[in-house]
Amino acid sequence: MVYRGPYKVRVEEKDMPAIEHPNDAIVKVQRAAICGSDLHLYHGMMPGTRVGMTFGHEFIGVVEQVGPSVQNLKPGDRVMVPFNVYCGSCYFCARGLYSNCHNVNPNATAVGGIYGYSHTCGGYDGGQAEFVRVPFADVGPSIIPDGIDDDDALLMTDALATGYFGAQLGDIVEGDTVAVFGAGPVGLFAAKSAWLMGAGRVIVIDHLEYRLEKARSFAHAETVNFAEHDDVVVHMKKTTDYLGADVAIDAVGAEADGNFLQHVTGAKLKLQGGSPVALNWAIDSVRKGGTISVMGAYGPIFSAVKFGDAVNKGLTLRMNQCPVKRQWPRLFEHIRNGYLKPSDIITHRIPLEHIAEGYHIFSAKLDNCIKPVIVPNAG
Amino acid sequence: MPYRAEKPGQRPSADELRARIPGWGADLDPKDRPAVPKERFDPAASGAHWDFPERQPEKWPRERSIEHQTLPPVFGTSAPPKGLSGALRKLAYRKYSEGRAAHWLILIAADRVDAVESHLRSFATLRPDNPITETGVLSEFSNKGLSSRTGSKRADVNHQWLDPVIVAGPWLLAGGAAVAILRTLTNRRR
Ligand SMILES: NC(=O)c1ccc[n+]([C@@H]2O[C@H](COP(=O)([O-])OP(=O)(O)OC[C@H]3O[C@@H](n4cnc5c(N)ncnc54)[C@H](O)[C@@H]3O)[C@@H](O)[C@H]2O)c1
Ligand SMILES: [Zn+2]
Ligand SMILES: [Zn+2]
Repeated sequence: MVYRGPYKVRVEEKDMPAIEHPNDAIVKVQRAAICGSDLHLYHGMMPGTRVGMTFGHEFIGVVEQVGPSVQNLKPGDRVMVPFNVYCGSCYFCARGLYSNCHNVNPNATAVGGIYGYSHTCGGYDGGQAEFVRVPFADVGPSIIPDGIDDDDALLMTDALATGYFGAQLGDIVEGDTVAVFGAGPVGLFAAKSAWLMGAGRVIVIDHLEYRLEKARSFAHAETVNFAEHDDVVVHMKKTTDYLGADVAIDAVGAEADGNFLQHVTGAKLKLQGGSPVALNWAIDSVRKGGTISVMGAYGPIFSAVKFGDAVNKGLTLRMNQCPVKRQWPRLFEHIRNGYLKPSDIITHRIPLEHIAEGYHIFSAKLDNCIKPVIVPNAG
Repeated sequence: MPYRAEKPGQRPSADELRARIPGWGADLDPKDRPAVPKERFDPAASGAHWDFPERQPEKWPRERSIEHQTLPPVFGTSAPPKGLSGALRKLAYRKYSEGRAAHWLILIAADRVDAVESHLRSFATLRPDNPITETGVLSEFSNKGLSSRTGSKRADVNHQWLDPVIVAGPWLLAGGAAVAILRTLTNRRR
């Protein structure tokens, strides 16, 4: 697929990606997914989103070709590829901050490399395609292990790893009340993961009833539909004996709804780096001394965040793009033990030829869509 | 309830939670959490067998943030800058750091110009842009456009009407501009 401007994508024939660096691999994509992050690109919110770019940072596939210095992979290997492009050897990679690599993104120093995620994230074409260039083939991809099915592997390349990471940044201790804003894939996985860390209550907030239903059935959570409350912050106080939640996770990001002015100035007119409605609700709903974990993505322009409240309440704010591969070994164990079944959230399978419809359905939240999977060569 | 020292409210016990929720407490010990501690110095863990990666050839002058000392060794090669939008992009990178609003505002403006340039360019090809197929809007009919938005309260319905305006806006502007230009041209001929 290629981007053609805000709200427009189409399938085009492009040149086959080439090995551009000795440690590159070319991967033939078997499955890809559309992520909530892709919507920020699709809506034209991310500076440096060029017409002609191929999106897609969640994909699995078969190695087609490897560069001369690749040691760990060979053609025919089936691999899962984390959404981060990273070198493995810079100051940040050496410390496990794979999402903050300094060697892969000329366009910006404030973010690492991400497949198919604008030039601000390095200008790499992504995996919603038949073939994709995978730099640092000895570092990023892993061979899909036995016992992990393809859909689960696909969801581990971002959404599951990110939700799990988000719960970890909450520094949850036994018995904590955890509020998760957003019941998209990231929020659902964060809610589910909060239990693994010992949460005593998990409350998921969204306005899409079908997603809240999933939060109850899949993530065993209590739910709040913010469209049914005049003031969701007051509701959150009421349900936590007026103290506030111990931990809040923002799994919404730049296009948050719930405040028309913030949404229109942030998400539609792009006068801010995004609409921080959910982040502000998180700041106001959490208890004093509590922790906020921000998984939602925001643009590089400033946003109207209620920083004073965060200071006065003595909050800890933690956030990052997820260093995906660091999460994998433990997630494999959780999946094998039956604690997590990521593919339960997949709702749609869309042939690559119909990618434009896929984007519209996911963006407009039609047809109870939670996670659409793109299948190239579905024929 | 008056505010007191204890954590208020009745909570289920660990055993109850363990019985109800598969895997409850499996990562109770922070030592089992892969993201803890945030930084862990272990250069061998990543699989990199280089001290510094070899450099990928730079096939065109790659625009880069002035907050980088030199061009990083590996980078994406999608969609090289072109046209007016390309000139704007190069300006934003050459002149302003990521710390400056101007950097990002010029890039966002370049994105909009890029979209208009690309639409116009597409009219000179066998495959002009088609707003109906490229927005996927026909899925409104095949995938329950109406019933998805009715029946329960949704907070996004109040601004979704803006989406078609954003999509059609540049076309209307371009059309208006074309008409205006034609008018001036024809007026001048007279
Ligand atoms: N940090 C990372 O590494 C990382 C990785 C993946 C995704 N993300 C970001 O996480 C966010 C969520 O991703 P997703 O795939 O789940 O997206 P999604 O769009 O499917 O989910 C977002 C959900 O938030 C809900 N929502 C909107 N406004 C809200 C509000 N004010 N309060 C509560 N809920 C609200 C929406 O209805 C939707 O269900 C995105 O911003 C995405 O870019 C970050
Ligand atoms: Zn993503
Ligand atoms: Zn690195």
